[in-house]
Amino acid sequence: MTNNLYLKNGLRFVLLILAQVLVFNRLNFLGFINPMIYLLFLYWYPIKQRRSIFIIISFILGFIIDIFSDTLAFHSVACATMAYFRPAIMRFVFGVNYEFQSFKLSNTTRAQQIAFLAFLIIGHHAIFFMLEIFSFSHLLLLLKKTISTSAGTLILGILIISLFSAEKE
Amino acid sequence: MQQIINFILRNKTTLLYLFLLTLGISMSVQSHSYHRARFFNSANWLSGSLYGVQSDISSYFNLREENENLVEENTRLRNLLFNLEIDSLEGVAKDSFPFEVIPAKIIKNSYALRNNYITINKGDVNGVEQDMGVITSKGILGIVEHTSDGFAAVQSLLNTKSNINAKIKNTNNFGSLKWNTDRFDVVQLEDIPRIVELYIGDTIVTGAMSSIFPENIPIGTIKKFDLLASENFYTIDVALFNDMTNIKNVYIIKNRDSDEIQILEEKIENDQ
Repeated sequence: MTNNLYLKNGLRFVLLILAQVLVFNRLNFLGFINPMIYLLFLYWYPIKQRRSIFIIISFILGFIIDIFSDTLAFHSVACATMAYFRPAIMRFVFGVNYEFQSFKLSNTTRAQQIAFLAFLIIGHHAIFFMLEIFSFSHLLLLLKKTISTSAGTLILGILIISLFSAEKE
Repeated sequence: MQQIINFILRNKTTLLYLFLLTLGISMSVQSHSYHRARFFNSANWLSGSLYGVQSDISSYFNLREENENLVEENTRLRNLLFNLEIDSLEGVAKDSFPFEVIPAKIIKNSYALRNNYITINKGDVNGVEQDMGVITSKGILGIVEHTSDGFAAVQSLLNTKSNINAKIKNTNNFGSLKWNTDRFDVVQLEDIPRIVELYIGDTIVTGAMSSIFPENIPIGTIKKFDLLASENFYTIDVALFNDMTNIKNVYIIKNRDSDEIQILEEKIENDQ
């Protein structure tokens, strides 16, 4: 069971990096929208695991993406931050249910899942573009990039989640 | 002591996070300076080979277009050659020219960020070094910033750190070419004094002030120029000849005299 878990997450880690750097980094939809689909790793990562390891893995995930896209440490910082705040976001979205031992992401409603994903994405993108633009004099640009890229990531993220989710019925 | 240990144990996740945050931010601040971050860029072995494999596959899809571009360029060069006094370049000693050209292919391009880098498939073993210029058949593209054995990361024109000497064609009024990040087909030429007469559509070419590019390599045409009443210099929008979103074959320019020029320039700096 545990082996299976490692294998599954390891595979997901590699495949999401490949998908991000080979496909989604080249999308340039409307000239600047490159959805950051690798964030789904943070969405899917098992809940009842050691938090510190989760943060370290997220940092490494971001770092590898950074090396591939020459954006040194922007992705790493954004990704580690979202990993750190993920429990807080989950408690906010799923309420008290989240505290129970039997809590599973697949048992929550569709709206909750999408809200959880949206918070992850918006937080991540805001941090990423803040670091990338690195000045508040371009506030409009920051908003434009954050909102449009978030929308792109969210739509693609929802599509990919529904594509790979195990049917419940 | 006990309390300190307890505090660390209690907040170990937060401390870990803060540590990673500082690490990440310090890395991104350092990468703004020029000579740092030599290993963590897309020219390294892993990302270079991955992009190389992908480029090998995807390059088949626009072979026809690339061929047409190359034939077009060949025709232009043939035209130049036939109208020269010499009939072929064969008898000419290659070493007598200051510039040497190394052909390369782009394996990763980016233009949506503020600091864009392009990865190409030639590196140290092919004689590529830092600070060499990179051009296409249409115009200039950028400057080599990092190299590994088989790959190089090129600082694109579309990079806020980019600063290239450029001038208006057939004059000697030069300025510096920068990018304000707004559009990927427009860059800005600054520091052209107000006494210069400008016309929309004038061609901008590389200037003679740098040892990186030869003089008179095309860059783009003037799209728009502004001159505020209180200012002495124009800000000129230059529409690039290159379509930065669709480039494959590039040439790296090696200046055999660049070492000599650099040594001379350093001497001047030291004397002052």
